[in-house]
Amino acid sequence: MADLLLNVHDLETRFKTPEGVVHAVNGVSFNLSQGETLGVVGESGCGKSVTMLSCMRLIASPPGKIVNGTAMFKDKDLLTMSQEEIRGVRGARISMVFQDPMTSLNPVMNIGQQMAEPLMLHMSMTKEQARKRSIELLELVGIPNAGDRLKDYPHQYSGGMRQRVMIAMALSCMPEILIADEPTTALDVTIQAQIVELVKRLREEFGMAIIWITHDLGVVASIAHRVMVMYGGYIIEEAPVKELYANPRHPYTIGLLGSLPKLNEDGHTRLYSIEGMPPVLYQKPRSCPFSPRCAWVSERCWNENPLLESINNGHRVACWADTTDGRELA
Amino acid sequence: MNSDNETLIRVEDLVMHFPIYRGVIRRQVGAVHAVDGISFDIKQGETLGLVGESGCGKSTTGRTILQLYKPTAGHVYFRDKDLVELKPEAMRMMRREMQMIFQDPYASLNPRMTLRDIVAQPLMAFDEVSGKDIDKRVGELLELVKLNPDFAGRYPHEFSGGQRQRIGVARALALNPSFIVCDEPISALDVSIQAQVVNLLEDLQKELNLTYLFIAHDLSMVRHISNRVAVMYLGVIVELSDRNELYKNPLHPYTKALLSAIPVPDPVYFETHRRTIMQGDVPSPVNPPSGCRFRTRCPIADDGCALQKPDFRQVKPGHYVACLKV
Repeated sequence: MADLLLNVHDLETRFKTPEGVVHAVNGVSFNLSQGETLGVVGESGCGKSVTMLSCMRLIASPPGKIVNGTAMFKDKDLLTMSQEEIRGVRGARISMVFQDPMTSLNPVMNIGQQMAEPLMLHMSMTKEQARKRSIELLELVGIPNAGDRLKDYPHQYSGGMRQRVMIAMALSCMPEILIADEPTTALDVTIQAQIVELVKRLREEFGMAIIWITHDLGVVASIAHRVMVMYGGYIIEEAPVKELYANPRHPYTIGLLGSLPKLNEDGHTRLYSIEGMPPVLYQKPRSCPFSPRCAWVSERCWNENPLLESINNGHRVACWADTTDGRELA
Repeated sequence: MNSDNETLIRVEDLVMHFPIYRGVIRRQVGAVHAVDGISFDIKQGETLGLVGESGCGKSTTGRTILQLYKPTAGHVYFRDKDLVELKPEAMRMMRREMQMIFQDPYASLNPRMTLRDIVAQPLMAFDEVSGKDIDKRVGELLELVKLNPDFAGRYPHEFSGGQRQRIGVARALALNPSFIVCDEPISALDVSIQAQVVNLLEDLQKELNLTYLFIAHDLSMVRHISNRVAVMYLGVIVELSDRNELYKNPLHPYTKALLSAIPVPDPVYFETHRRTIMQGDVPSPVNPPSGCRFRTRCPIADDGCALQKPDFRQVKPGHYVACLKV
């Protein structure tokens, strides 16, 4: 096995809200190896972003609180590190790219200043060195006239270019892990394809591990090595990418894949739709959180929450039912 | 012409420019060429998909057809009546026939109105039904979009995105329209909810014989729901054809690039297919490129493309394309 980079164990995060305590992440365990790209898929509110933000200790507290778990980055626990230590990790050894490139860049600082900040802070560069490095980085992510564009402000860049800048900034300190939280969701398909190709190229050049959070099963198919599917704060299925798309086992994964229009659809087939909507968990569920929407639901599902169990090499699933019973989805 | 194939909407050389004013005396210094001479028709009962990148004029097209903007030039015929020429009061009466479903179900519902008031609003505006029958009609409409009629007293914030979009659909259906512009109705929704809304729209179309203009940037969903698809780029339609023909045999380089960018949910597909990635962004519609508008990003453009505007012409029955190289 390649070197283990990140090992998250039994992570639990909760948020205090006026309506009650929301159990956003309910005991999530996963690991990430060197050079690997892990896709994290799920609908809004399933806990995928909160899981990663918890690992980075970026949960606002209060209202949020990490109540349990460890996140070992090599041999150090990110969750118990001192503030000073975690600041040395964030942006330098683990960095993030967020969904909306407009709100994650500072509108009143020009791109050059924003890019120089992490370089001067983490890499102890001088202003001039940081400027040179920023130009190199912008060229790397395909921004023409990089030298002139450093003086520009974020609003002078298009959406796709802003996301390129974000990626350049995230990579500026040569991180070991890049966490990309829905980096292409706000972009057009054509620009999305550009960004995906860019990240794939940079992955080869830099060799960093990537955690790619998305709700788009299409994007994840093109970039991830391994995919985990989250629902209601749990990982409900995890497998190597080809295995997951060829043999999805959890009813939710099966439903998600079934709800997408087929690539070679000729006649007019009806889309499969998962009825109902994702839950908001005000307590740690005793039943499987997917049971109200599940086509395979049985008595046991209402009484016991299934644990994530390995079914064959690298394929883990949390479900009581045998979904390989050849049933057709209506 | 039989009634199945009757043309409901005919758009002729539609132009929509938004003027840009500058200076103390607000002199017009230019215009955003949002829609720049497009023509197409939509038949009764069909779904025409309209795709393209953001900023290419898809939504403006939808809104201009509904006369929410006064077009700069061109005509929009609805059952052979020119909407552009109609007097305001006559146009107001026509609006019963044509409705719109918006992209953002959070922004398109008034947070201070109950579900009943939102859905009843169009009924009251046109005095369609008398006071006491309104609640009955609202209940019917909510059932039609598969919402519990008992929810009529609730406010929009009590509903999820998918449910809100159903409320928007119920409101659009209140006056029994024949034509609905669906402006990216699913792009703000979660994956598992998108299928619910698309299925609902398809069911309603069959049940009520509706005609849709379905605006979206999700090409795989457009393929699923449309009968024909028009591809738009920077204010002009570059290709229009039957859905299967367009996806199997795209002719315009822009259509090809768009199709190649679809994220296919199949990891094996990416091992066998090399994607052609289009470079750059859509140019500004204030100063669109001369000649063919796509030439600045086109992989096969040459000098000729800058000089001559390509005609939008029929190359096969029902397959139209605007490219000098085809």
